[in-house]
Amino acid sequence: MTPVISVSGLSKTYASGFTALKRIDLDIHRGEIFALLGPNGAGKTTLISIICGIANPSTGKVAVGGHDIISDYRAARAMIGLVPQELHTDSFESVWATVSFSRGLFGKPKNPALIEKILKDLSLWDKKDSKIITLSGGMKRRVMIAKALAHEPQVLFLDEPTAGVDVELRKGMWDVVRELRAAGVTIILTTHYIEEAEEMADRVGVINRGEIVLVEDKANLMQKLGKKRLTLYLQNKIDAVPDSLSAYHLVLSEDGWRLSYDYDTKGERTGITSLLGDLRTAGIRFADLETEQSSLEDIFVSLVQQ
Amino acid sequence: MNLPAIGAIYKFEMARTWRTILQSIVSPVVSTSLYFVVFGAAIGSRISQVEGVSYGTFIVPGLVMLSVLTQSIANASFGIYFPKFIGTIYEILSAPISHFEIVLGYVGAAATKSIILGLIILATASLFVPLHIHHPVWMLTFLVLTAVTFSLFGFIIGIWADGFEKLQMIPMLVVTPLTFLGGSFYSVNMLPPTWRSIALLNPVVYLISGFRWSFYEIADVDVVVSIGMTLTFLAICLAIVWWIFKTGYRLKR
Repeated sequence: MTPVISVSGLSKTYASGFTALKRIDLDIHRGEIFALLGPNGAGKTTLISIICGIANPSTGKVAVGGHDIISDYRAARAMIGLVPQELHTDSFESVWATVSFSRGLFGKPKNPALIEKILKDLSLWDKKDSKIITLSGGMKRRVMIAKALAHEPQVLFLDEPTAGVDVELRKGMWDVVRELRAAGVTIILTTHYIEEAEEMADRVGVINRGEIVLVEDKANLMQKLGKKRLTLYLQNKIDAVPDSLSAYHLVLSEDGWRLSYDYDTKGERTGITSLLGDLRTAGIRFADLETEQSSLEDIFVSLVQQ
Repeated sequence: MNLPAIGAIYKFEMARTWRTILQSIVSPVVSTSLYFVVFGAAIGSRISQVEGVSYGTFIVPGLVMLSVLTQSIANASFGIYFPKFIGTIYEILSAPISHFEIVLGYVGAAATKSIILGLIILATASLFVPLHIHHPVWMLTFLVLTAVTFSLFGFIIGIWADGFEKLQMIPMLVVTPLTFLGGSFYSVNMLPPTWRSIALLNPVVYLISGFRWSFYEIADVDVVVSIGMTLTFLAICLAIVWWIFKTGYRLKR
């Protein structure tokens, strides 16, 4: 299947000489939720800005739905809805007016029923006649999402959509995102909350210092890079790990009641069987055990720190 | 042509006018009336006729132009500067809309406002002095051309400005002096020859002269020259706007 967004050899050097993007190649599949992770200043927003037409690329090409973003910008941009990171709103406009304005700006005929549905889905319906300046930050964020959805985009960019939004609203927002995906909309999001990417995304891309470090299926990524930790809860407290077990690099908790063992799920042998055997030989008995997989956050931190 | 988009920008800008009706319409009308009372009635009554018309009547076209020029610049520069300032420009830039269409929306709305304003001022003036317009079609042509040209000029200032100070600077330091010295309140022919030659370097002279001609058939310079100068200035502004969008100057990073 052809990718809905295809980025090839994209670089961006600002007038100041700062290189924000270095030859990025990236394909976004139709209908997926793609999470773009990266530390501050990694180039996430620059990449989104170029695809959406807000910044000019220095070199390279981007196509949206097969339409070049420069030579065929009308077709390309008509497909995209953008929710930028900053809350840019017209303070004195009403919610209804600003969302209707967005639809018109993207060349679509009036459709009050659709706008009503969008506002209701985002719990903004009772605020439709309010001036934006009177809304809370979380509501303004949702107004911006409503504006981006007003022209029925096939691709939605959410740049840090949940920054400053409380937990309950955040859940509501993700319900909207899931619904959109079910309707076939491709969603690209950047977020600081890695647990969100972990929960929502189909694929994850990590960008660091203007380069795409990794693009992976989220499940594969977690499996491939994931380390697992086995924690043993001991029946009797021990003071130190016996020398006979030194090969396992066990870590004893400070209170002496827990032993933990890190192993790689990629490895052919995890070493668990022999560890358990050797523990028995050493006379260490345990009451319970637990394994946990490293989170996307751990993976992310280890990648970015390299 | 993305007509709904042009319409959306145009309507948005016009809605801003009605929201700020005091600032957009009432205040220029009040200040023009003040000029009229001071220069036309108080001082003007002591001045004899200028080229066959009473002084009060003589200054009407100049006063209209003064407002149309400054308000076109103010409206258009603010219209594009403000979205840049608060960041909502992102939406305009990411929309499937050509540069020409963006300009049509913003400049069209700004020019509409100043034309309406110009007509309101004319109506106000007719309460003070008898007005006879010899060439109504030419009068409207000059009005529209000037409003469009200076709205374009304002649009350029709005894009160039990166702070409120710069936004005010050109209108205050360049346009207002040029308008006052451009024959709003006098005929350039009243000046000594040297000053007259210098005054003819001022583009506003040609606008006001042509506009006044459409009222009373009196002009400082040939009306054809007036039209030519207006169109030249329009072409220069169009060229600059075209360059701005081509390069993304101050709009795109």
